[in-house]
Amino acid sequence: MSNRVSLFVTCIVDQLFPKVGMAMTEVLERLGYQVDFPENQTCCGQPAFNSGYRAEARIVARHFLDTFAAAECIVVPSGSCASMVVHHFAELFHKDPATLARVHALETRVWEFSSFLTQVAGVEDVGARFEDIVTFHDGCHSLREMGIREAPRRLLAHVRGLELREMEPAEECCGFGGTFAVKFAELSGAMARTKVDAILRTGARSVVSLDPSCLMQIQGALSRAGSEVRTMHLAEVLASR
Amino acid sequence: MVETTLMSRDNILHRVRTALGRSAGQAPDEPPLPRIRIPEAGLEARIASLLRCVEALAGKAQRTSDPCSMVAAAIAGKTAVASNAPFLADCGIAGLPGVRSGITDRDELREACATADFGITSADYALADTGTLVMLASPQEARLVSLLPPAHIAVVPKDRILTGLDELFAVLPDPAAQTSSMVLITGPSRTADIEQILIRGVHGPGQITVLVV
Amino acid sequence: MSVEFDQKIHSTLADAGLQLAIYTATGRLKDKRIESVAPAMLPDYQELRTQANAVKKHAIENLDYYLEQFESHVEAHGGKVVYAKDATEVSDFVLSLARERGAHLIVKSKSMTTEEVDLNERLEHHGLEAVETDLGEYILQLACERPYHIVAPALHKTRYDVAEIFTRRLHVPNETVPEKQTAIARAVLREKFLAADIGISGANFLVADSGAVVIVENEGNARLTTSAPKIHIAVAGIEKVIPRAQDLATFLKLLARSATGQALSVYTSFLSGPRRSGEIDGPDEFYVVLLDNGRTKLLPDRGKRQSLYCIRCAACLNTCPVYRKIGGHSFPWVYSGPIGAIITPQFMGVSHEPGLPFASSLCGACAEVCPVKIDIPRILLDLRSDVKKAETREKQNRIEKLAFRGFAWLMTHPRIYEMAGRIAASMAPSADGDWIRAVPAPMDAAPVRAWLSQRDLPPPPSRSFREWWRRR
Repeated sequence: MSNRVSLFVTCIVDQLFPKVGMAMTEVLERLGYQVDFPENQTCCGQPAFNSGYRAEARIVARHFLDTFAAAECIVVPSGSCASMVVHHFAELFHKDPATLARVHALETRVWEFSSFLTQVAGVEDVGARFEDIVTFHDGCHSLREMGIREAPRRLLAHVRGLELREMEPAEECCGFGGTFAVKFAELSGAMARTKVDAILRTGARSVVSLDPSCLMQIQGALSRAGSEVRTMHLAEVLASR
Repeated sequence: MVETTLMSRDNILHRVRTALGRSAGQAPDEPPLPRIRIPEAGLEARIASLLRCVEALAGKAQRTSDPCSMVAAAIAGKTAVASNAPFLADCGIAGLPGVRSGITDRDELREACATADFGITSADYALADTGTLVMLASPQEARLVSLLPPAHIAVVPKDRILTGLDELFAVLPDPAAQTSSMVLITGPSRTADIEQILIRGVHGPGQITVLVV
Repeated sequence: MSVEFDQKIHSTLADAGLQLAIYTATGRLKDKRIESVAPAMLPDYQELRTQANAVKKHAIENLDYYLEQFESHVEAHGGKVVYAKDATEVSDFVLSLARERGAHLIVKSKSMTTEEVDLNERLEHHGLEAVETDLGEYILQLACERPYHIVAPALHKTRYDVAEIFTRRLHVPNETVPEKQTAIARAVLREKFLAADIGISGANFLVADSGAVVIVENEGNARLTTSAPKIHIAVAGIEKVIPRAQDLATFLKLLARSATGQALSVYTSFLSGPRRSGEIDGPDEFYVVLLDNGRTKLLPDRGKRQSLYCIRCAACLNTCPVYRKIGGHSFPWVYSGPIGAIITPQFMGVSHEPGLPFASSLCGACAEVCPVKIDIPRILLDLRSDVKKAETREKQNRIEKLAFRGFAWLMTHPRIYEMAGRIAASMAPSADGDWIRAVPAPMDAAPVRAWLSQRDLPPPPSRSFREWWRRR
């Protein structure tokens, strides 16, 4: 097994939450991986796809395929972006057999970060320390499209000093939904506030998730509510010593 | 009027076929087999489960060797309509004071049921895993006896207790061959339409008693 | 989206009492469902879903065959099948039958299909009295409102609302105790059942090999509707067909659990034809009206065809975070929630309410709970693409189209994308890492304003990830 991995940090991490990418790099290198960053990368195309603009999404998706053509193993700090590639690229190219073949070849090489750690690297303890009471938010794409529920929890269980408290109700959407957040802003905000209530009920001081877009929605709502609770990507917790 | 509906029939079926790429008279694809899984459960277990489930639904359930006395006690001083099930006559229930039975006229039956305090019936089957009575309409069992009066007493022979739905449709795969109406009754009538508050006895009987003999 | 849709959503969100009612009621139903399908309670839940999906798929893919089989069995048992292509044909049939029989009073049990075709209004317009007998539907009929939820129609009404409605419409003294309100309705409706000339029901399932109509309920009003009057008319969409009575062993296990968390509803009626010779009671005449009303439009597309598998359990409504906030009356048609969001555009055309497929965060909770495994999120995505294609054809929403063209262009020109990012970061206010509450004018585009109306924005980082990467 090669120890090379390529990062697809996602446009939102690249431009808004670079710390997430930095943390992910650090954890991967700590585990002995050689990390590269194909510089032509931009976006997976999900915003266009979710908004109904398939031709435009295809253009961006092709660029992704070209950028990562030589990558053996691609790690992504976002369940929703990983899911776009793994589950929806095929829909975009179902009428284009040549590209579809490239998509299928790619699908098994793309990994959401926590799944990569537990299933490819085969680790649950990355030597992290993070003393805090945290709660975990399952992003909907990570949970339902990628089927990820246990991996992040097992990783968090090995973080020294960390106490995990589950939210009740669990598994409810934070209300981001991509352009939904601005097209149906009031509704999205109402869903965010319901999520914030559930978070505050746990007494946790941090909210951890696999998805930067959820974290942006939740932190934005926490901040608006004047709360001190902060959001963190799993990578940031795992990079912590 | 008849013409329009015939045209609609042809029209609709034609649209369906066109959409599906099928032609008139074409045989269907192979259907998935029906899923019938009958669990193993001895008679005692089935009886116990039936009684437990009926009670859990706020019904009353009891096993008895003397259904007639139990019914007599339950309906004491009140009026009842009993169905024409021979079983009810045989064990004396149909002849109890206050019980009308043997009605075969629809209007007379409706009148009796509309004013009676109790409806007493047998049951064709019962389902142990859900506490369900299975009643087939017949010359012996009219529909309204278990529906109009505010209380329903069903006397069920124990060998009629099946494990559940799967077994029911295994022993009775074609109910329509026997009756115009098969009803599965699981507990007393209820609603939660107002503020999700559970209220019993909306239109059907609010009280149900199952006697296993 | 239309102004109307926007306003309805807004007014529902702004009504605190309504928010609480919707959220609590759906929460209760959702929790009960979860409990009833837990592995300890229903160990083969997932297999049953797979089976239900397979049976529905087969039935829909061979729909013409099963409709004809259904029809021949109904007729063999002394009943009659009437095909209706639209709302008018349904009411025309009922009206002409009522005329022929001299019928005036009709009792109805709960049927979303009859709501779909406005049957009550049409019948009343022609001088017939059509009374809803399901308690929730009866309350709404008195209030002249549409159902709020597929299974719990009066979810949005409090006991005080009910008291007011009863006093105003039934001229009874004010009564706010639900048990007593129910008793009032029971007494009024009992008279109607026993006097009615015709009973009209819906059907949860149409069983092809039996010519039977299956009706699932808790109150007993459907039994009375279909057993007391001399004529029974069942109105059902053509998609309700299932091949065999034995398939009910699968569907009945899923339906009540998915809807309310009950193992079985109180009454499940399996009705095939008028009363048989020797049977003491039951109707003398039995009709099944098979309704198209646009269902055939959903058949051609293999993906969207799944929409017709629906057994109307409303599990998707109870689990949907959007429905649980905006409620049933925000939706443009009688069917609400996720199922409503996918069938409405298919019946009415995507331009009827172009915002509808977008009123979802695509969280996928609906698909997870659907007993017949309809892939609702995937159909929503297909419909979104349909909306945009229609807008492109109609030359609508050109600015948005241009924006996404620009997005695609930007994302395929990495150097320019990077530059754009730097420019945006430099324009944004920095407030020592605090999240941002307001932005300067050049950044104040509609999406930014929309975001900021509800939550803060992240502050720009000092450098992007790629800048950091280059320097390390």
